Amino acid sequence: MSSDAKKVLTGPIVDNNPIALQVLGICSALAVTSSMANALVMTLAVVFVTAFSNLFISIIRNHIPSSVRIIVQMAIIASLVIVVDQVLKAFSYQLSKELAVFVGLIITNCIVMGRAEAFAMKEKPVVSFLDGIGNGLGYGVILMTVAFFRELLGFGTLFGIEILPLVQNDGWYQANGLLVLPFSSFFVIGLIIWAIRQWKPEQVEKD
Amino acid sequence: MSSNKETFGKTVGFVLAVCVVCALLVSFSAVQLKPLQKANKLLDQQTKILEASGLLEKAGKDIVKTYNEFVVARMINLDSGEFVEGDVINFDERRNARDKALSIKPENDLAGINRRSNTAVVYLVKDESGSINTVVLPIVGSGLWDLMYGYVGLESDLNTVKSVIYSDHKETPGLGAEVLNPKWKALWPGKKIYNDAGEVKAKLVKGGAKANDIHGVDALSGATLTSNGVTHTLQFWFGKEGYESFITKYRAEGVK
Repeated sequence: MSSDAKKVLTGPIVDNNPIALQVLGICSALAVTSSMANALVMTLAVVFVTAFSNLFISIIRNHIPSSVRIIVQMAIIASLVIVVDQVLKAFSYQLSKELAVFVGLIITNCIVMGRAEAFAMKEKPVVSFLDGIGNGLGYGVILMTVAFFRELLGFGTLFGIEILPLVQNDGWYQANGLLVLPFSSFFVIGLIIWAIRQWKPEQVEKD
Repeated sequence: MSSNKETFGKTVGFVLAVCVVCALLVSFSAVQLKPLQKANKLLDQQTKILEASGLLEKAGKDIVKTYNEFVVARMINLDSGEFVEGDVINFDERRNARDKALSIKPENDLAGINRRSNTAVVYLVKDESGSINTVVLPIVGSGLWDLMYGYVGLESDLNTVKSVIYSDHKETPGLGAEVLNPKWKALWPGKKIYNDAGEVKAKLVKGGAKANDIHGVDALSGATLTSNGVTHTLQFWFGKEGYESFITKYRAEGVK
């Protein structure tokens, strides 16, 4: 793998993270991070959709009439999302019941659209595909981190396995009800952004 | 290239081509995965019914076999309480409720379901000797955010609760969603739906039910509206416009 390709793949994970730096895709990051399992499935779904929408859009990028390019991108993204939804329903019914609405909303996830428009319309298919995977992973890293704190402190579990025994199950840990609610992700994401910018001060915006 | 890709005909042709390819992809995946999805849905339903009848542990991994061996699904008419013929596998209460010919508007819509199907499917669960020891009745009613779907398992006297199992809901995690908490579900067995006068008394009690309360179960803390929803759902479905005629008839005549 050339260093360029590697940069495209790993850059979005910390250096150019779609959530932490570009602040895209926040809406779904709030909704699906109440448990690690949900966050993981959502990550896989977004990686799949971003990678393949980037690939297909890049393949036909020279033929897409610019007057209807957004509609064409949307048609491709929407089709991929429906496929993901159908596959989930077929192979993981329990998760699809919990994630149903949010999987559908990948269509409106700004990351997918943003990468299609900003990257895949200009670059070659393979590198676009890698860019899609990279951005999906960057989204996933933040999602999993947020879900880690929310599930651990909100429910006392990780991936559904009990870590901190809850008071209502005769344990000692009083669950933090705030972290169960979607908006608490704002606090966690805010703290993550602060931590990343402490580590990499070049990400701090100039006044 | 860029000069001629903008003509009207080319644009329309290109969009059509993309649409056809996308449509093929979507319909192919939908058709191919349909049997698996249907099987999943049925398996999920059967798991919940076994859980409501207390057979889930015994079933282990053999859900379908246990279900087929012990559970008989029968359609009933809610107004007359009689068993009727019908397609029990593809029955969908909410679909019937949208059809004016197949449903009524309840006079006292406690459960907040707007319309109620005229028929319902009940699940008769046999024990090893073949006699029916549990009847599982599906319920549906408004919680805080949306309709909550579930099952109530009753002992053969059709009054003593064996279980209250919710299968589908959109309540708040950690609060209303605690209807799925095993500790809360464990409060139900042994409670009575009706008092001696035949009135529906089962309810959730805010602040905790008294130890000798044979009808009441602790409400879910921090989830008053979900708890009210559960109480109202039970009151509706075991009342006049719910299973009452079926239960009266069944107690008198048994299964025919």
